[in-house]
Amino acid sequence: MIEDIKIVMHQGKQFIPDVTAAKVPGIFRGRPVISQADVDEQALVELCPTGAIRSNPFSLDLGKCTFCGECAFANPEKVKFTSDYKLATNERENLIIKAGEDKPMGLNPDKIRKEIHEYFGGSLKLRQISAAGDNSCELELNACGNVNFDMGRFGIEFVASPRHADGIVITGPISENMAQPTQICYDAVPDPKIIILAGTDAISGGILAGSKALNRTFLDKYPIDLYVPGNPVHPLTFINGVLELIKSRR
Amino acid sequence: METVVIKNNQNIPLASIPVSDYEKFLLVNTSFVKESSFHCVSYYGVAVPEKLRLICCMADDDHGTIHVSSSLVDRQATLPSFTAHHLSFEKFEREIHENFGIAYPDHPWLKPVRFPFNRANHQSTIAHYPFFNSASEELHEVGVGPIHAGVIEPGHFRFICNGEQIMHMEIQLGFQHRGIESLFLEKKKLLQRATLAETIAGDTAVGHTTAFVNLWESLCNYTPDEDLQFARTLALELERIAMHTADLSALCTDVAYQLGSAVYGRLRTPIINYMQIWCGNRLSKGLIRPGKLNFPFTRDLGDQLSRLLDVYEKDFNEVSDNTFRLPSVLSRFEKTGVVTHGQITEIGAVGMAARMSNVRRDVRATHPHDLYAKLEHVPILKHHGDVYSRAQIRREEINQSIGYIRSLLRDIPGESKNRKPLGLPKANAFCISLTEGWRGEICHCAITDEHGEFVHYKIKDPSHHNWLALGLSVRNNEISDFPVCNKSFNLSYCGHDL
Repeated sequence: MIEDIKIVMHQGKQFIPDVTAAKVPGIFRGRPVISQADVDEQALVELCPTGAIRSNPFSLDLGKCTFCGECAFANPEKVKFTSDYKLATNERENLIIKAGEDKPMGLNPDKIRKEIHEYFGGSLKLRQISAAGDNSCELELNACGNVNFDMGRFGIEFVASPRHADGIVITGPISENMAQPTQICYDAVPDPKIIILAGTDAISGGILAGSKALNRTFLDKYPIDLYVPGNPVHPLTFINGVLELIKSRR
Repeated sequence: METVVIKNNQNIPLASIPVSDYEKFLLVNTSFVKESSFHCVSYYGVAVPEKLRLICCMADDDHGTIHVSSSLVDRQATLPSFTAHHLSFEKFEREIHENFGIAYPDHPWLKPVRFPFNRANHQSTIAHYPFFNSASEELHEVGVGPIHAGVIEPGHFRFICNGEQIMHMEIQLGFQHRGIESLFLEKKKLLQRATLAETIAGDTAVGHTTAFVNLWESLCNYTPDEDLQFARTLALELERIAMHTADLSALCTDVAYQLGSAVYGRLRTPIINYMQIWCGNRLSKGLIRPGKLNFPFTRDLGDQLSRLLDVYEKDFNEVSDNTFRLPSVLSRFEKTGVVTHGQITEIGAVGMAARMSNVRRDVRATHPHDLYAKLEHVPILKHHGDVYSRAQIRREEINQSIGYIRSLLRDIPGESKNRKPLGLPKANAFCISLTEGWRGEICHCAITDEHGEFVHYKIKDPSHHNWLALGLSVRNNEISDFPVCNKSFNLSYCGHDL
């Protein structure tokens, strides 16, 4: 017991006091900024492993980006990744960063269903579905609940049963073999419910896009409430995105 | 000669792999495993015009060599199985059966492996897996998954129990199948393939990507500069520390030791945050690349890591000293989920799952790659094969890795100033690459065509063999001990399903 108390004392406070203003250490690759510099755009289009970069006009799609940073190494003048981790949005098009843009990303309040704040503003229970996720996003979603990020302080938690959940969080590109379990799980969540796509693989298939082993038809059936880019998603990206989704807008 | 003998990360002309008739092929390879120093690192089929070429790679741990042999068989052949001679081939032959329709009448357990999109029999679907059934009125069955209670990957566990006691557990996998091996052929850009390697198992991004880049560089006859090898070795050991710490946290969670769960959980944070400081990604994605290093390891990074490890080690040892002497923890760890030395040898388990039962299987020692030959790695072995042994291995391997990192940091190679460019991969070649990831042995094999393009890519994650070890470990245990057994192995679903 005394040993336990000593450990508690030595550990001190580990939580991040303000998750909306925390600084991430190191060279985290977050929201990119693309300059108007006149460069060989085609070379960057060719370089990108997932076709996230388009030219004419030049843009970078965070729903496809693996955040490998190779484009920024190849042409630092054109593409720069900032450490801004607030990448979540509720409109697919908003994930496409255009040349010359340097403004915070965010949610379009008009597209947020009214009942989301009303029902979930104080408590949001989520059922996570790893649909062929590679366990990197899953590790980071688990980290959201650890003593550092402590998402539970906002009443946001992952729960075991879809019956207890207010929505689902999908990671992974959704394999054919997970298509039916994903549907069954979603159907088991009581209405009203939300869908969050976490990570590049879930949003677009990422590097796995085009594989014959995938079946992404589930995503064509329902509106998506939140897109959280990342490879994997950073816990701060996820927590801030969800807080934005459920906050009061009065 | 029926086999060609090569080293880890050596490429050879495809034509130099001997082709024997099947009876001889079977005899040679099943004779190898009678010696404890041999085990099968990969065995698979490659479709060739009108035939199927079976390629078997047997590692000789005493000599640090790999014996590669092959046989040509008919596409729909009916063959006597290797498995009837040694159980460690069972998953490989199930895979060959599933992918190509080869029949093995004397295989004891010829069930689907992962229901791949390109399987031979499309009548076989994941919703209709043929579970073993007790047909007893006294026993009951418990089905768990594919979606589990926690935030983890999907898979289905089917228990047959007598009251609280587990008699048998069958593991159905395949939900995670993404067709990765096919994508290695379809995606032609090198960066795409490195990115694919990172996602084979996202918790082992360094391990699998190191296997891929070592293989690719070998095919290109490219010797990586010391700073590249340094970065790979260092990153592998940091990944090991991070994941072992996370596993110790999960083990504490499952025996309701909240303080251990919280402290180990948070101790992983500085390690993965350090990876973000070094390469911008907490799970090390983007760090390992063939023929280059986007994130040079500087002296300043070395100093930061030294300081970080000093702090980490103090906290880690404090919480470990306490955890590993708490009666409430020990009573749940000790003699729980035992897999014997004999069973481990029989099923060909690798990595921690082998070392916990005194099977000395560790690529770092037996087939060293990158800077491991310099580190003169001595594997940590345990003898009891229980949850406690698996927990102890993690604790001791973390301390060992810290030691290795400190010794690496004493001699940080400078960034190579005139990095050689990568050439093109050899034509009509075969290459095998073994890497010791934190879970265990990772094996990648590739074959190129006359233009040097991949025509076949084969991946074997350590989980391939080790899932069966989990199945064996829970027998005669209480079903309530399943979670702690499961966490003590912490196997990869996507690494298995590919």
